[in-house]
Amino acid sequence: MDILLAIAIMALGAVVLGAALGFASVKFKVEGDPLVEKIEGILPQTQCGQCGFPGCKPYAEAIAKGEVDINLCPPGGMEGVQKLADLLGREVKELEAEEKPKQVAIIDENTCIGCTLCIQACPVDAIVGAAKQMHTIIAPLCTGCELCLPPCPVECIRMEAIGENLDNWKWKYPVIEIKTEMRKAAPMMKAA
Amino acid sequence: MLMNLFKFKGGVKPPTNKTQSNTLPIAQAPLPSRLIVPLHQSIGGTPRPVVKAGDHVLKGQLIGEADGWISAAVHAPTSGTVLEVAMHVQPHPSGLDAMCVVIEPDGRDKWIAHGPLDYAAMAPEAVREHLQQSGVVGLGGAAFPTHGKLTASKTVPMDELIINGAECEPFITCDDLLMRERAEEVVRGIGIFRDLLQPKKVLIGIEDNKPEAAAAMRAAVDALNEPFLVIQVPTLYPAGGAKQLIRVLTGKEVPAAKRSTDLGVQCFNVATAYTAWRAIAHGEPVVSRLVTVSGNVHAPRNYEVLIGTPMGELLKLATPHPDTDGIVMGGPMMGFLVPNEQVPVIKATNCLIAHSDRVFPPKAPEMPCIRCGACAEVCPHELQPFEMYWFSRAKNFGKTQEYHIFDCIECGCCSFVCPSRIPLVQYFRFAKSEIWAREREKNAADGAKTRFEFKQLRDEREKAEKAEKLAKVAAAQAAKKAAEAAAAAAAETAAAETGAPGNDSAAPESKAVAEATTLPDATLTTVDAEKEAKRAAIAAAMARAKAQRDAMPAKNTEAVTIEQQRAIDDIEARRAVLAPAAVPGEKTE
Repeated sequence: MDILLAIAIMALGAVVLGAALGFASVKFKVEGDPLVEKIEGILPQTQCGQCGFPGCKPYAEAIAKGEVDINLCPPGGMEGVQKLADLLGREVKELEAEEKPKQVAIIDENTCIGCTLCIQACPVDAIVGAAKQMHTIIAPLCTGCELCLPPCPVECIRMEAIGENLDNWKWKYPVIEIKTEMRKAAPMMKAA
Repeated sequence: MLMNLFKFKGGVKPPTNKTQSNTLPIAQAPLPSRLIVPLHQSIGGTPRPVVKAGDHVLKGQLIGEADGWISAAVHAPTSGTVLEVAMHVQPHPSGLDAMCVVIEPDGRDKWIAHGPLDYAAMAPEAVREHLQQSGVVGLGGAAFPTHGKLTASKTVPMDELIINGAECEPFITCDDLLMRERAEEVVRGIGIFRDLLQPKKVLIGIEDNKPEAAAAMRAAVDALNEPFLVIQVPTLYPAGGAKQLIRVLTGKEVPAAKRSTDLGVQCFNVATAYTAWRAIAHGEPVVSRLVTVSGNVHAPRNYEVLIGTPMGELLKLATPHPDTDGIVMGGPMMGFLVPNEQVPVIKATNCLIAHSDRVFPPKAPEMPCIRCGACAEVCPHELQPFEMYWFSRAKNFGKTQEYHIFDCIECGCCSFVCPSRIPLVQYFRFAKSEIWAREREKNAADGAKTRFEFKQLRDEREKAEKAEKLAKVAAAQAAKKAAEAAAAAAAETAAAETGAPGNDSAAPESKAVAEATTLPDATLTTVDAEKEAKRAAIAAAMARAKAQRDAMPAKNTEAVTIEQQRAIDDIEARRAVLAPAAVPGEKTE
């Protein structure tokens, strides 16, 4: 009799806990892939397509699936690669392409013919203008992706590096790094 | 007047070095050879220049218009000609350029028409507006537009108005001299702030190493019959920090990420009160300020200096010693070496110290942190500088924020006491500006992402709308065609029937039909037309359904690789060439 009671209690416990687990899996279901979102948070959102994917999200998805390397994003730089490596537990690799300073596109408004092709190419709506009207870049919105350069029929768009100014100036790292001293004097002495 | 004073934690007592410069009265600095007036001299929006090269300006004429509410106007400090509106080096540790108006004085120093305002009749709004237009900003060093602080909180009753005359930083004596010589105007200025904010109490805090200034202020308060309290606070750096002075005078501790306004306290510098009074009672905008010139010079003194005076020219008045190798703007605790001698005096310049190794002996090299905790003992904000140092050095910025790095006021007490001579504040500044830069980048990336997603959404919507429009056109054309075909068919049958009237073998009922069709019989033609319309409607519906089916993307094209997509695009392109012939109704608009 006792053994039956024990089995019944265990069975009841199993049913209750199973129901709780089932309920939890429905109630606290995680929508979407949190890993993709984390990866996307690291990517710089320039939407430039230099990685070969149409935007940062597809690249993030491909990284999450483990299909591609983490070193395909030049705007993210080595810092971005480092962060991705930390997140995914992968090895840090050198960037595929050259790392460029942050840029902004500039339209030469005298040359612009108002064809709207760059407006259609801009992934982040940072160009204003209308057909046969001069176009211009909203500089703070420009991500420097260079996607507006190829469609321009009159080549009136150029990229300019964003220099240091009082608004983006940063205090320097106070640690003075040890450099190997250039010993120029010694060979000269020898020559003499 | 006895009053219970409170204490703030920490603080240091560096040698004050104030006696060198506070013995002589304020002197008027002569007109410099040229004035370089930066447009951006206060926190907030950069004023827009309203003059151009070649313009003649008068003293006090507006040259930079305030941009937005948190921004203050900039005025010509003397009469003369605008040489250029161009980038010039700023008195900023970065040594970078910013937009400046360069004025060549004509020597006449002629004022623009100005006069006293009818203060009693002015609405509080108008007073604030006038202070903004007069370029009145906090002259204690932060240069926050004063009018922005003169609106009492709607939710918290205004308890105390604190006037900061503590001037705790070594070497600086400009507020001391101002209170000694112009106490009455300072007190009148405080009266304006009192009228706007309606506080319960007004407390003027002065460090007890300035007895003459305190006495002068007491006399002025009594003479003007104001209920202000002049309180001498113990000399302890940084008692002049706003949060520290509030703590000492009221016992209120301003929590992190909150402003003193949230506690019903507002704090102004004495020099700010003075300029506010000049702006209201004389209509004079802020074109000059008191600057202490001290350090490695023969004759340290306080000068009334026009804004925009090159620092080198000002320093020459005090005859610097020949071994002077730089100019420090601000005091020795929080000041910085300016990039060169040409940088101008701005509204935030309270002191220039001629730098030399004699006055400021070079620091011995930095040694490792021994975690003695001396920095934590002197930190007036009760932070743990040694922890923040460690994490800043390791560039672990998240951790520095956990240790509240943004509560650090960069007073320099920790660097001052560090036995290992670690420039702690520099590490904190580095970490703060790095965190800010990251924040900016993060915001920019988030903004770019939202705009990108919105653009994609819009593109899809536009595609769908276009497909719908095409489908409608196609349906209309199909319907038209069906109707035409039906009409043609009807005409044909009619022609066939009418074409054989003489045929005897034709059945009599068919003859009757033929007669009916040929005859203008109304009933029969309407039935026919109705039938045709129905047929056309069915054809149109079918065409619409087909168009909808075409507009829907095929299921198997959702997850294609780039190569596949390229192949599909190629095929689509070829198809598009052939399409007009195949389905003219759908592909032509």
